[in-house]
Amino acid sequence: MTNSKLDAKIPEGSIDQKWTKYKSSVPLVNPANKRSLEIIVVGTGLAGASAASTLAEMGYKVKAFCFQDSPRRAHSIAAQGGINAAKNYQNDGDSVYRLFYDTIKGGDYRSREGNVHRLAEVSSNIIDQCVAQGVPFAREYGGLLSNRSFGGTQVQRTFYAAGQTGQQLLLGAYSSLQRQVGMGNVKLYARHEMMDVVVIDGKARGIIARDLVSGKLERHFGHAVVLASGGYGNVFFLSTNAMGSNVTAAWKAHKKGAYFANPCFTQIHPTCIPVSGDHQSKLTLMSESLRNDGRIWVPAKQEDAAAVRAGQLKPNDIAEENRDYYLERRYPAFGNLVPRDVASRAAKERCDAGFGVNKTGQAVYLDYASAIERYGKIEATKQNLTHPDKATITALGKAVVKEKYGNLFDMYEQITGVNPYNEPMQIYPAVHYTMGGLWVDYNLMTTVPGLYAIGEANFSDHGANRLGASALMQGLADGYFVLPYTIGAYLSTEIRTKSIPTDHEAFAEAENKVQQTIDTLINIKGTKSVDYYHKRLGKIIWDQCGMARNEAGLKAAIAEVQALRAEFWSNVRVPGTANEFNTELEKASRVADFLELGELMCMDALNRNESCGGHFREEFQTEEGEAQRDDANYSYVAAWELTGDNQWTLNKEELKYENIKIAARSYK
Amino acid sequence: MKITLKVWRQKNTNTSGQFETYKLDHVSEDMSFLEMFDVLNEQLINEGKEPVVFDHDCREGICGMCSMYINGRPHGPKHGVTTCQLHMRSFKDGDIIVVEPWRAAAFPVLKDLSVDRSSFDRIMSAGGFVSVNAGNAQDANNLPIGKEIADEAFMSAACIGCGACVAACKNASAMLFVSAKVSQLALLPQGQPEAKRRAIAMVNQMDAEGFGACTNTGACSAECPKEISLSNIARLNREYLSASFTAQVD
Amino acid sequence: MALTGLFLCTFLLVHLIGNLQLFKADGGMAFNVYAVFMTTNPLIKFTSYGLYAIIIFHAFWGLYLVSENKKARPVAYAMVDGKANSQWTSRWMGVLGTIILAFIVMHMAGFWAKYKFGEVPYVQYERNIVDGSMTYGPSAPIESKKEQFVSAETGMEYTIVKDLYTEVAVAFKEWWIVLLYVLAMAAVSFHLVHGFSSAFQTLGVHHSKYNGLIKFVGIWVFGIIVPILFAAMPVYFFIQ
Repeated sequence: MTNSKLDAKIPEGSIDQKWTKYKSSVPLVNPANKRSLEIIVVGTGLAGASAASTLAEMGYKVKAFCFQDSPRRAHSIAAQGGINAAKNYQNDGDSVYRLFYDTIKGGDYRSREGNVHRLAEVSSNIIDQCVAQGVPFAREYGGLLSNRSFGGTQVQRTFYAAGQTGQQLLLGAYSSLQRQVGMGNVKLYARHEMMDVVVIDGKARGIIARDLVSGKLERHFGHAVVLASGGYGNVFFLSTNAMGSNVTAAWKAHKKGAYFANPCFTQIHPTCIPVSGDHQSKLTLMSESLRNDGRIWVPAKQEDAAAVRAGQLKPNDIAEENRDYYLERRYPAFGNLVPRDVASRAAKERCDAGFGVNKTGQAVYLDYASAIERYGKIEATKQNLTHPDKATITALGKAVVKEKYGNLFDMYEQITGVNPYNEPMQIYPAVHYTMGGLWVDYNLMTTVPGLYAIGEANFSDHGANRLGASALMQGLADGYFVLPYTIGAYLSTEIRTKSIPTDHEAFAEAENKVQQTIDTLINIKGTKSVDYYHKRLGKIIWDQCGMARNEAGLKAAIAEVQALRAEFWSNVRVPGTANEFNTELEKASRVADFLELGELMCMDALNRNESCGGHFREEFQTEEGEAQRDDANYSYVAAWELTGDNQWTLNKEELKYENIKIAARSYK
Repeated sequence: MKITLKVWRQKNTNTSGQFETYKLDHVSEDMSFLEMFDVLNEQLINEGKEPVVFDHDCREGICGMCSMYINGRPHGPKHGVTTCQLHMRSFKDGDIIVVEPWRAAAFPVLKDLSVDRSSFDRIMSAGGFVSVNAGNAQDANNLPIGKEIADEAFMSAACIGCGACVAACKNASAMLFVSAKVSQLALLPQGQPEAKRRAIAMVNQMDAEGFGACTNTGACSAECPKEISLSNIARLNREYLSASFTAQVD
Repeated sequence: MALTGLFLCTFLLVHLIGNLQLFKADGGMAFNVYAVFMTTNPLIKFTSYGLYAIIIFHAFWGLYLVSENKKARPVAYAMVDGKANSQWTSRWMGVLGTIILAFIVMHMAGFWAKYKFGEVPYVQYERNIVDGSMTYGPSAPIESKKEQFVSAETGMEYTIVKDLYTEVAVAFKEWWIVLLYVLAMAAVSFHLVHGFSSAFQTLGVHHSKYNGLIKFVGIWVFGIIVPILFAAMPVYFFIQ
């Protein structure tokens, strides 16, 4: 089914000229008019903070909202690895085209060419902007910026600040935002949650927000509303997302008419610290760089695995010939460095087959013993030691590993209490990023006029799988360099629109509805906590719509989610009242949305009868167990339109590849 | 493990609070400190009581939101970690643990263990930035910065703004927080043009927020989860002194 | 606080060097002459008024800061594990300083005020110019603070001054005064162990190359040597 609302509005012309031409022809808003145009930005991560500050710099009146106590805490802060940019500083043949190509291929040919090329084009400006703000990127002794290769790319295009790149970039954007707050151009609303979008005459005109401290509902008008509220990984309960990360803003927009695209495209990161017990509240990522030197294995014999799980056998006691280095076995060319989705599925396959190694059976080993030995020998040669004993080699090797990965090893020991220098680490995949999100056109506008989605909240740039170090790039590209231009296309038509008073009936109606929902949640007074339902939802989605999916499982999951949702609305217990600082109420209102999204994810996964990127349908694999794409039938964006209470219609945006030849991914 | 918790409960900013004692009988040593609070809250909800409000978000030690004062120390007994990265294996079976909110005039308690740290945001608004608009920047490599300087700036920039420095300081001083930002930008050439302005503006805002003065006890740095060095405070003092003597009067 | 503190540190050194003359076995002549010099030399007098002002400023500004800093935390913690993150000396600067202030008041009242305004007997020293041998004994009060002349007839040099030395020697025969002085010097020690290096930090002097030196001087010179030498004076007279 095609739909007139799904016009991506990609500019005409050759791929490398689209954005340039667009920029020179997009209508502008004159400075005097900007002063009277108000923009609401929800979320203050990389995308939201950069958008809010840039729009304010341009002269718009901005209101920025975040649920955390400060904009600086948005979860972009936790990104470790780095940010890609096609600077070609290393003279290794990188270019805008290569970054564009790698991103499309990495996304398994399910993203939109026009958007991705623009992303690659502005990537360089991001680095310039961040350096100018004082972001302390890693540098060489000569004073120039340092790069590393990341996520298996063949060029070194990743800029980084130790293992805290996201933090440094976010603090840069935050400082720009706070500067605008100090100048009075941005009004900041921290500890506020967006509860609904207000739509008047078909256009987004404001939001209803809840002051999380006083519990009061507030009405805010805006000529346009920008959602930069991040991804929905917390639908799984356990993920690497922050505890507060939620889908509520995006979901409320969806309920007001914005299409939700590709919800089943979720990314599972292979190197996370495994779950240790029922108390687990979140999962912690270990940088992907650990796979550069570590070897991944499980016991080759099931009885050994069982003994390890029972605590009767230590990994170091398992002889070399009794270990299964399954990635090296299955993918000799890429070995331990296969892409995230492939590595994650392979770990699940081994654990499901009964070879998992921690108490829960859901973990594999990441072993540094051979790296320590290898580095130790190199170091011994460097130091001219002839015939060094094993202890010397190990000591030298540990020192090298400490230099390279010390902070990660420390973090591992901090969380698990196990010393990874002496015993292999245990890892397991965890939900990390969601490629799906609100459908947006080239302007980053959703199907609701005046309502924009940027950063992880939209679906546009990563297709079915995101490459490492590309999320930071996209967030900042949208906020600093794309939205500030494209929003002009809409706002230039709005200069005659006066501020709409918030006593308008649409505001009143939206607020009443939010109030009713809150009252309902408080008054259920059931017997189970919000977390109880969230954990159950997470388990359903993880088991049936996680790393591997199949038709029967997804159908069962849909029914289970529906039943769980019904139970939630009749038996959840939310203590306290609506008019106070009530963290359980916050959680309840977020979980209520996850309970609807979860069903849509399963529907989307069920609809997509192919395997691509993060979406792996067991029915659609090659004989060797690799993902099998179906380009003839599924080369489209699945944009879901809500047509009734938990009723959706599928709309398709065909993906056209004019500049890149589609090919199968192979890592053998 | 069995753990007894004495937790500060306070309805809102305008009421006074008191300690409540809770017993937890099944605490696993693999739990993080905050996961233990999850268990406590689950228990309270099941008993029909109100759960304890506490701030937390990323739970991986980087967002700076968690803020518990545990047994007389911000972020508890372990060095260089936030509350969310503190695990129960750092405690013993039968321990009594006293948990309070950060206490400072500039950090009013909102509820239970949650405090308002927006004073930090206002200090940042006063001058914690380089005045550069998007689109103004030159090519990043046109400005070489020595590795040592870049690394030192990074060490200062690692501050997560949690406020443990204020909580630890007997004077509730925010000098470590302010100095980390002033240092980062004073070390880098990008920050130079407005270095004087920044030092004065941020210190003035800090004073206006009601933080105490620095008496160099060093508690801030010792308790900082990111181990921000006292050398930052010295640099701020230097910057502020020279700015005070040489800045033009408006 | 830093600048005044460092000034007071230099004063301590000067004061110590002068007072070391108490240990000279000359019946207190050097000390008594020094006392006259210190109370008459115009430059010293001028400096001393500055010193009083600085002591008062340092003390009262310090107390003001303590009270201001208390206001920064209106609700106290129920439990504070201070030793886990800082030296107690750094946390007790206000108390140590107050002890020192009380001591200074007592010290000034006991010696300085008595010397300047009270009744202090005079002493006359007779020194043989040729062989340096010396005798001394009480003298009648004189108009000026000091008289010094050489008699060609006797080949002696006569010096008549107020006998502060004996005042000191007598006072330090009281065990409780000695104890007070020793305790006060302990307070000075702890105050300066933190105070000296802290002053440099406040002035922005912090460098990996020199931090060690500053710390060393703070602890060894001002935390140990200076207070011990000061404390040795009352102890010396007490056991003599």
